[in-house]
Amino acid sequence: MVQYASPALDLSFAALSDATRRGIIDQLGRADASITALAENFQMTLTGMKKHVQVLERAGLVVTQKVGRVRTCKLGKSGLKAEAAWIEAHRKLFEARFEALDEIISEMKQEEGDGSAS
Amino acid sequence: MDQQVSSAGGAQNRTSVERRGDRELVVTRTFDAPPSTVYRAWSQPELFQRWWMPKSASGVSLVSCDMDVRTGGKYRLEFGAGGSDTMAFYGKYLEVVPNERIVWTNDEGEEGAVTTVTFEDQDGKTLVTFHEAYPDTEGRDEAMEGSASVLPEQLEQLGELLAA
Repeated sequence: MVQYASPALDLSFAALSDATRRGIIDQLGRADASITALAENFQMTLTGMKKHVQVLERAGLVVTQKVGRVRTCKLGKSGLKAEAAWIEAHRKLFEARFEALDEIISEMKQEEGDGSAS
Repeated sequence: MDQQVSSAGGAQNRTSVERRGDRELVVTRTFDAPPSTVYRAWSQPELFQRWWMPKSASGVSLVSCDMDVRTGGKYRLEFGAGGSDTMAFYGKYLEVVPNERIVWTNDEGEEGAVTTVTFEDQDGKTLVTFHEAYPDTEGRDEAMEGSASVLPEQLEQLGELLAA
């Protein structure tokens, strides 16, 4: 299983918390694309798409390169497949979530136990 | 479509994450408590907000948490990463069956995912299944590739995109 360095997770999470950005990752998993093409594809303004791409770029999920007037986007992070990146980000989030939930459930069980005992 | 399954942790309470097709995420885990307890941790805002976005993992913390967990009720969660920007997650509960299931919409994005969580009793423990489906992207892809209503130039752009 591919492992991310954990400091990248917060950014990955924020990046993938948005449905449009997940769609962009899916799209780039099939082929590189210009920001203009992505904006058209997702029926969104160029400015809006630039913001989404910037978020993905900061998370290392996407890299961009400007050639002439065209900025091309492709998947980043050591050639990780989009699917692997997507599932890995979700796995880490849910593991952390459910560990925290486990702790709360333990507390609740203790309280319930105390309640029934008294 | 390929399936990817990923899991970690001890053998007993394992978190399993599975992607089904392009549009579905399924996460399962067993908790050592009855469904009524797990449901309470999921449906009471003051409990829910303590675990849904663990700061250690996500780097963000909860700014506000409003949840009206009943069929037709709404929720709105806002998170911040320390700066002035916040991320808001909101939607409504399509179906709530106490101790059994909660179904809600995710209306913050354009694609409107629907999330279903179920709580199943397994000899006093609870199997939680978290299922998230993104229906609209598939529809969008189909519309772009097959629909006669799509403008020819959009199809051309798609062709260029796929050929690039």
